Amino acid sequence: MSRRSFPFSATRCWGVVLKEFLQLKRDRVTFAMIVGMPVMMLILFGYAINMDPKNLKTMVFDADRSEFSRSFVTAMHNTGYFKFIDALNNEAEGEAALARGDAQFVVNIPSDFSRRLMRGERPAVLILADATDPAAASNAIDAVTRLAESVVWKDLGRPLTNASGSAPPFDVQVHRRYNPEGITQYNIVPGLMGVILLMTMVMMTGLAMTRERERGTMENLLATPARPLEVMTGKIVPYIFIGMLQATIILLAATMLFGVPFFGGIVELYGILLVYIAATLTVGITISSLARNQLQGVQLTFFFFLPNVLLSGFMFPFYGMPHWAQVIAHALPMTYFNRLVRGIMLKGNSWPDLWPDLWPLMAFTVILMGIALKFYRRTLD
Amino acid sequence: MATRQESRVCCSEFAIDVRGLNKRFGDKHVVNDLSMQVRPGEIFGFLGPNGSGKTTSIRLMCGLLTPDSGSGTCLGYDVIAETDAIKRSVGYMTQRFSFWDDLTIRENLDFIARVYQMPNRKVAVEKSLTGLGLTERANQLAGTLSGGWKQRLALAACMLHKPMLLLLDEPTAGVDPAARRDFWEELHRLAAQGISVLVSTHYMDEAERCHKLAYISHGTLLAQGTAQEIVAAQKLFTWVVRGEIADENLVQLSSMLANKPGVLQTVAFGNALHVTGRDSALLEKTLQETMAGLPYEVARTETGLEEVFIHLMRTSKEAQEAKR
Repeated sequence: MSRRSFPFSATRCWGVVLKEFLQLKRDRVTFAMIVGMPVMMLILFGYAINMDPKNLKTMVFDADRSEFSRSFVTAMHNTGYFKFIDALNNEAEGEAALARGDAQFVVNIPSDFSRRLMRGERPAVLILADATDPAAASNAIDAVTRLAESVVWKDLGRPLTNASGSAPPFDVQVHRRYNPEGITQYNIVPGLMGVILLMTMVMMTGLAMTRERERGTMENLLATPARPLEVMTGKIVPYIFIGMLQATIILLAATMLFGVPFFGGIVELYGILLVYIAATLTVGITISSLARNQLQGVQLTFFFFLPNVLLSGFMFPFYGMPHWAQVIAHALPMTYFNRLVRGIMLKGNSWPDLWPDLWPLMAFTVILMGIALKFYRRTLD
Repeated sequence: MATRQESRVCCSEFAIDVRGLNKRFGDKHVVNDLSMQVRPGEIFGFLGPNGSGKTTSIRLMCGLLTPDSGSGTCLGYDVIAETDAIKRSVGYMTQRFSFWDDLTIRENLDFIARVYQMPNRKVAVEKSLTGLGLTERANQLAGTLSGGWKQRLALAACMLHKPMLLLLDEPTAGVDPAARRDFWEELHRLAAQGISVLVSTHYMDEAERCHKLAYISHGTLLAQGTAQEIVAAQKLFTWVVRGEIADENLVQLSSMLANKPGVLQTVAFGNALHVTGRDSALLEKTLQETMAGLPYEVARTETGLEEVFIHLMRTSKEAQEAKR
């Protein structure tokens, strides 16, 4: 009776894996779709969507702490583009916040700012901008450069004597980080990886169980000793390989067709791909357990797919959305994947920078697998 | 020969022992208070018209459905609490072909061997292929097989893990007579080894090959026992009417007798008519009166299973209609 105590059998699970692979191999159309779709979608959607988001997260390192620096920050705030979330103690903190994505802008005001301003030496304010998503940053940058002209003159109590000849009293220097030319494809193309993977992975596994049910093979599968976890894992594993294959195709196209730079590590990228693919596959398996037939499976897939595309920061700048929408987006795997993949490809982020967006994906996978197991129908009732 | 699956059958008297099983789908009472015992090494025939609850009963026994009430064991395992163990040690053949059309015969068997964690998987699969004469077709996709070959594959697959109990849901539907004969010989060989078989069927010749029978209609078990016991229990008397009669005359004769006193039913068998009734003397009198002067030969005969089943089906149908 010793066999009865094993909750999971690798042999049985492997049996399911092999079966799925064989069935996949015979399904030529699906196979062609897996290879063809990434390329087609990349070419179709490799265009930008430009938006004008406001209230972007900004941190300030004010070394001057003067009336002028405060009034400049207030003026920045008044443009509506910037939301000051934190005051920093040094420049390094700002760099780190930018890399983690905690801030989109970091304003550095030098310690001698007001002194030099009074002397008319045209001091410089340095603004670091996360330009991975150029649409999110560009309008804000335009707004802040115009500030220099209007705001400080007023504070200095001097009217604008001659509009044509006078230079602004100080200089705003903007450094666009990670994507200096503001090329939209750099942002869109890695995001497309998330979209294409989500679409195929969720759809394929979303139909995995319902297909067995509709073909009448479910009764047979249920009559065997294969346990729910073994069947589910067995149905997921082949698609992990498929997903990796798709990701590789997209990656090659991204670098060759669109010339998207790749600053990060390949290990990190495939690491997060693995986690993301696992997350999307458990979504599919959950849908599969809930849906009664294949049509319902497809409907549920789209129900899940749309908010991911629209809210994750793929289509529209994430920080342009109202707070409640951001909360919803934080429950969607693509939100995290977008940040992770852009972080790796464009910022060259490594594990410590990635972790804050990686663990939610892992948690998401585990929770969904639990739900899928709970709803897996062990009988024909 | 590989060892048979573990089971607790040694410790219990019955391979299947279910009591008071009930199953409803919505307001339809599909299985009504089913109690049934199958002994080890017994071939137990499960009969009844379409939609009578045979498939549901079998599914209840192998853990694919949970009964609303009732209890029971299969090979000593509880049908509600120990379905995992039942699945491991029972071979279940579904009524509808339920193997994977897009896998070859060998791949299907291979998959089954893996999920049952069979030792010497390859040997077992090859042996099963040879045993059922499927070797040449091993690499053919299951979906392209004809009905008879599909049945063979399904049977091979459900016997692959050498179960101690086979639950076969109409295994020979659509199978040619020669293949059916082979199949039943195989069942008797297995039974001789101590394997129990519960097999549902519509064929009378198959029913007669079973050690025991149960007849179910509208979810209710109407008769259970050996063929002789079932026939005896109904206390029916049958007369056979023979003669040089063409078919239309037989039909005429049948309708002539149908409403006469003492006649329960008439069934045509080739060029003979079986007339069945409950009251032997009354039936004899009726027949003598009706047949007087007609060129027919009337004789007593044994009441067969077929008459009994037709009778059971008819009375159960009348009872159902009366309920409504």
